[in-house]
Amino acid sequence: MQIFLPIAEVSVNAFTLVGLGGLVGLMSGLFGVGGGFLITPLLFFIGIPPAIAVATGANQVVASSVSGVLAHVKRKTVDFRMGGVLLAGGLIGSWLGVWVFNLLQSVGQVDLVVQLCYVVFLGLIGMMMLQESIRALRRSKNATYRRRLHQHMWVHRWPVKMKFRASGLYISVFPPLLVGLAVGVLAAIMGVGGGFIMVPAMIYLLGVPTKVVVGTSLFQIIFVTAFTTVMHAVSYNTVDIMLALLLIVGGVIGAQVGTTLGARLRAEQLRILLALLVLLVCGKLALDLVLRPDELYSITSGIE
Amino acid sequence: MRRIAAFLLALSFCGATNAQSPDTGTGQTEGEAVPVYPVTVFPPSPESEDKEQRRERVVAGLSQDSVGITARYDRMDILIYGAIKREAPIPSGSLDVIVTVEAPSRPLTIWRKERKAGIWINSEKVEIGAAPGFYAVASSAPLDEILQPDWDRRYRISLPLALRAYAGQIAVKDAVPFTEALIRIRESNGLYRLDEGAVKLVDQTLFRADVRLPANLIEGDYKTRIFLLRDGKVIDVYRAPIEVRKVGLERWLYRLAFDQPLVYGLMSLAVAVFAGWGASAAFRKLRRA
Repeated sequence: MQIFLPIAEVSVNAFTLVGLGGLVGLMSGLFGVGGGFLITPLLFFIGIPPAIAVATGANQVVASSVSGVLAHVKRKTVDFRMGGVLLAGGLIGSWLGVWVFNLLQSVGQVDLVVQLCYVVFLGLIGMMMLQESIRALRRSKNATYRRRLHQHMWVHRWPVKMKFRASGLYISVFPPLLVGLAVGVLAAIMGVGGGFIMVPAMIYLLGVPTKVVVGTSLFQIIFVTAFTTVMHAVSYNTVDIMLALLLIVGGVIGAQVGTTLGARLRAEQLRILLALLVLLVCGKLALDLVLRPDELYSITSGIE
Repeated sequence: MRRIAAFLLALSFCGATNAQSPDTGTGQTEGEAVPVYPVTVFPPSPESEDKEQRRERVVAGLSQDSVGITARYDRMDILIYGAIKREAPIPSGSLDVIVTVEAPSRPLTIWRKERKAGIWINSEKVEIGAAPGFYAVASSAPLDEILQPDWDRRYRISLPLALRAYAGQIAVKDAVPFTEALIRIRESNGLYRLDEGAVKLVDQTLFRADVRLPANLIEGDYKTRIFLLRDGKVIDVYRAPIEVRKVGLERWLYRLAFDQPLVYGLMSLAVAVFAGWGASAAFRKLRRA
């Protein structure tokens, strides 16, 4: 069934979009990430203009994060105070990011920067996750190792200390603020919630216990992506609600199926799978940048 | 009657000036832009041609003169049909028909990638002041056999000539590969099309052509032109508009997105939040049951 998208001005198969949403939702339910890092490149691939893919991707992440965070609120695994601080940084970052995005679009380099961001971050995160999960897998085999609650790093000793009760932390307010800011910028440029950056950053940089990481990250992602969506909609009219709706329908169903499925599989193995998937996407994007493209020319609408 | 008046106006216009584009129906303001292909001297206008030949006229119609883009819109065929009206016996020489359908023009930028520090990035660009978003040419025989180049230039019939003008300063040495790339990319997307032989001509009198509109259609006033040719020369032109508009839900969403972007953005959010909450609630119920 073909459907004409009013803002993207292309006609695409509705089932393809629901399927894409479902696939990404499945991933997010399975691995606890928003799935934005997969949906945006996939939308490029089926011919949605980059600006619209990025803005609409952010809208889709709102839906999957709301769906996910409700379960965490019930289990009391959300650190609202930490979420609030991350959010404050995130909103500033998001505003900056939308501005940078528009700047890049006007000089014609938006595709390049988005692709580079993906390659660098997916590569880093993928390697870290792979290393971590292989180590964890070994550790669980000889279960004598016991980790410290968390490690204090020099950034935690900065001024303006704050108590984060749910996380059991007493650290400076600036590290979480900066992490939030960085993720906000990326969220706006890459059309992602930033869960795949936020989760490792919270664990390794802030020392937040793994138990509350996913819920807290989802909580603040809702607001950052919501803000990004509205910013893109107001400034550049690039949110396609029809496209978003179809992705969301697939996504929320996929997420629920993924969560059920995920409960039956082993966490370490899941994380190795996710790491490999991330590295695969990264490798594909990197090859596209390095290999000579089939078509050297490209067309963008409008002139300066 | 209005058509004949317009035709005569076009004739007198052609006669008066040789250096300007005679294609008066464009509605494009070219300003001081540089033409993509240098327009040299035009052939003599049909006015000075043999009177016998001018007695042949095109009378044509379209299967529809307006297209509504609904949510279910997909590719669509427009049937263009007509007849050749004459008051004298059929003259000798080959008779051919060319049909063009053209979407409104928009400015665009063509980029060329170059290898810098190991990666391929956009480096050089050429800006085009006005290029049609869609352009289809259908003809009764291969274009180079039925259309003389100077007549092509006069009416800007073939694809390269349909690109109106470069915008601003051209920073690259050779802009031709850029315009060739534009045509190549849009041809592979189905946006620019040349269907030689797609016009069916019966007994030198009746003709029909099916022109397929693309799936990614832009709004605006499309132009249809039907050229009647004898021995490679254009002897009559018929013009008809096609109005392409978004309708219903498509129109409402599009207008809302541009007129009330904040409301539209908040609505998108509401849909997302509601869907997220609804799905988790529904699945919780499903699991309990």
